[in-house]
Amino acid sequence: MSPLLFLILVPLVAAAFIMVGSNARLTALVGSATNLAFVLILVAFYRQGNGQPYQFVSSLPVIPSMGISLTLGADGLSLLMLLLASLVTVAAVAVAKTPEKNPHLFYASLMFISAGGLGAFASINLFFFYMFHELALIPTFLLIGIWGSGDRQAAAWKATIYLALGSFVLLLGLIGLYLIQPDGMRTFDLPAIIGMADAGLLPEGNWIYLLLLVGFGILVSLFPFHTWAPQAYASAPAPAAMLHAGVLKKFGLYGLIRIAAPIFPDAVVQFSNLLLVMLVGNILYVGYVTISQRKLDWMLGYSSVMHMGYIFLGFAALNPVSLTGASLMLFAHGISIAALFALCGEIRERTGTLDFAELGGLAKPMPAFGLLFGFAAMAAIGLPGFVGFAGEILVFFGSFVAGEPLMGVTAGGKELFQFNNYQIATICALWGVVISAVYMLRAYRRVFFGPLNDRWSGLGEISGPARIAIAVLIVVMLVTGFFPGLLVKLIESSAL
Amino acid sequence: MSFPVEFCVLSLGILMLLVDSFFPSIDKRTLAHTAIVWLAVFLAATFFLQPSPLWASPNGFYETDALGLFFKRFALVSTILTLVLAIEYAPVVERFIPGSRPGAGLGEFFTLPIFTCAGLMWMASAADFVMIFCALELVTISFYIQVAFMRRNMASLEAGTKYLILGALSTGFLVYGITWIFGMTGQTGLRGISTVLGMVPQASQTALLFGIGLILVSLGFKVAAAPFQFWVPDVYQGAPTPVTAFLSVASKAAGFVVLMRVVDAFLVAPALQAKLVPALGFLAGLTLVYGNLAALPQTNMKRLLAYSSIAHAGYLLVGVASVGSPAAGRAIVFYLLAYLLMTFLAFLVLIPVSKAAGGDDISDFNGLGRRAPGMAFAMLIAMLSLAGLPFTVGFLGKFFIFEAAMRQQHFVLVVLGVVTVACGFYYYLKVVRAMYWQPAPEDAPPVLVSPLTRFTAAFLVTLILVLGVYPKPILDFLP
Repeated sequence: MSPLLFLILVPLVAAAFIMVGSNARLTALVGSATNLAFVLILVAFYRQGNGQPYQFVSSLPVIPSMGISLTLGADGLSLLMLLLASLVTVAAVAVAKTPEKNPHLFYASLMFISAGGLGAFASINLFFFYMFHELALIPTFLLIGIWGSGDRQAAAWKATIYLALGSFVLLLGLIGLYLIQPDGMRTFDLPAIIGMADAGLLPEGNWIYLLLLVGFGILVSLFPFHTWAPQAYASAPAPAAMLHAGVLKKFGLYGLIRIAAPIFPDAVVQFSNLLLVMLVGNILYVGYVTISQRKLDWMLGYSSVMHMGYIFLGFAALNPVSLTGASLMLFAHGISIAALFALCGEIRERTGTLDFAELGGLAKPMPAFGLLFGFAAMAAIGLPGFVGFAGEILVFFGSFVAGEPLMGVTAGGKELFQFNNYQIATICALWGVVISAVYMLRAYRRVFFGPLNDRWSGLGEISGPARIAIAVLIVVMLVTGFFPGLLVKLIESSAL
Repeated sequence: MSFPVEFCVLSLGILMLLVDSFFPSIDKRTLAHTAIVWLAVFLAATFFLQPSPLWASPNGFYETDALGLFFKRFALVSTILTLVLAIEYAPVVERFIPGSRPGAGLGEFFTLPIFTCAGLMWMASAADFVMIFCALELVTISFYIQVAFMRRNMASLEAGTKYLILGALSTGFLVYGITWIFGMTGQTGLRGISTVLGMVPQASQTALLFGIGLILVSLGFKVAAAPFQFWVPDVYQGAPTPVTAFLSVASKAAGFVVLMRVVDAFLVAPALQAKLVPALGFLAGLTLVYGNLAALPQTNMKRLLAYSSIAHAGYLLVGVASVGSPAAGRAIVFYLLAYLLMTFLAFLVLIPVSKAAGGDDISDFNGLGRRAPGMAFAMLIAMLSLAGLPFTVGFLGKFFIFEAAMRQQHFVLVVLGVVTVACGFYYYLKVVRAMYWQPAPEDAPPVLVSPLTRFTAAFLVTLILVLGVYPKPILDFLP
């Protein structure tokens, strides 16, 4: 059996075992730990630059006449995403609190989300790439609806309908991509389509790019299609928010980098202004909305929407530096937001509230908790030493040099002194870093410092598997932050 | 070569009636089980028939091409499933039928679907308007009886009356349309019509279009396309549940086979095509919007499934409007197959649940995830497949339809389709919400499910999931 197929089947089999009655938590932990170990082995065995764009390839034809097959394969970028998915899954299962209501369904749903993410990142046939992502939709609906908090029902409906709509828009884009290929050669096989695009066989596909942008955009919560995300993440139980915000939301950007960047580079450039406006909306508008939040869960939800703006900037600039930065940020943001949602869930469990006005001084009864939160918050801001910093700086460098230069160019005998749109967007994004520092540090202060409310003086310290899992996430961010070369080397061979 | 199969089905029906009359002491359920076995034998027998090439029959009345053969199997499978439902539903029927002895009337309840099946199988092969009309009437008249079967139940009687009146009206439209077309072309056979149209492309178009329009109206009634869908919600809700399932799957499928054949015959004239395709597109768009929007506020499960059946007719009509694309025919047939699997599965779960709760409301499904996890899972799969979620056969159906429509550049329809799919997620997930989010009422009676129903549900779930990932076995079979 192909190693990648094994990777997808492990959580599915685990879910099946859980549903027929094995120990839910233990099975989920064993399954996700197996996957993490297996991905690490794959990373170790991955050979760069041996001429094969994808390794560990296996293919099962499904509808040969339409070029649909279950083709799995991984290059550096997919391996990075698989690593992210399996790492966050382990953490999510570790911090999960077994609910009293139907624990089997709870853990099985987590396993399904994990399988969906892994399958999507391991597929190089667009049809299955799409199908696997949808595997996560219903488990998310159930997780938020059954075990969520706050206005969980409204949140679950909104997210599910939004995501279903987005994914069908995306499906139209993929069908369009299939139909513009020359008759007789039509396929959903991604490397083959990229080959056609390189050979100039594909006509202009602006409308397809727009469909892909809107479809993926809804899934990634691109402004103005972002309103489902904060509400869903605020209401979801912590493990579901970790998996969705940390892993699944990356699917859309991964798809744009994988599909749109190599196949429709001209369309990306042509519609760059549209995308720049939207992503600046993500960074500035959503950034300010984030600052004004009064509850930690909503603030984290909005912050995860906001951070997508940087990654979109890396995609829009479409040069190797910015795309490498965007890939690093996919990884960095996935881990940091997972750690934050895990901590947020722990606070909710202890105090029953996430309102800044009621919290405060929690670092006194729980110093280790405060330390972990501090690390995670700083990683989310993108301070040097964390991998987010490497990603952000590459995105900013890449996007600042993108587009036609207008600075220092002599035109009509006069030397111009103005920024082009990419540079303006980059400057806005830099301001976004300040915004994210404001809301993260403010949240940190309001929750962990200041006068301690007497109600919270007896809170127990974070302990056990949750403590280990979150610490591991932070260590990973620190290690890759000090040595980002590890990751860059892994993804540089990908066709960026 | 395939006449014998219809006659076998017909003889089975007559034989069952005789046995039922002359041996009244026989358990009617045994009778139904026997019928299921025989229908399964006939189904197996159809696999020994070779499809003949199109237009091969000498008189043009009856075609055994691959499409016809496929729909004969379709009719047999849906009849078998209807009988399974009917056995599960029998206690309810007994309650509403006055009889001197227990089980009176059940024999006919199990036999009538078999006559319908014969009519459906003829309809699948009919290639002449006369033949189409006769087969259609056999189907419709047997349905009149089945819909009104529970004669102590006002809802069932009301449904029967509505169906009778509107069905008769639609028959009138059909006959009137046929006469106009016969008047213009001198033919009733589809092959003949298409030859004549090919020779005189400028034949009086207004008259022809009028005739085609009348036929579209009549078939619109049959497939429940808006604006000819008024009868659907009341009839579906009032009819005995197995009949509702049969009506919504088999009758609709037969309507679509006839529609495909008729539309194909008239497409040879480009001038007609230019008018026919927009008309079909308009019907499709209207049906999509009406069916999906009207389904949103429903709280009764049978009514929900009725509106969902209108909505699915919309997606199928999008496929019919895309004729000309080589993929359209395959898309429609695949969609119908998917529709059969998921609709029957939904009804299969609905019957035991509503028997336990005494009603068909969505709220009767509350907490089913805890009360009967297996049945709830089957319903979950049925609803997700109806909504069109990947890894189910319903998704592939929608995928093929959208692909065919985009090939023909029906972008407006595709956009409507996507928006209405999102509506669909809402109302199908309402059922999922009831089953998994809502707690079960304290006094909820246990849901009892017979082994046959359990087995059939498991079988349908497996088919939906397997064909949703690996549809090749079916695609190889399709015409």
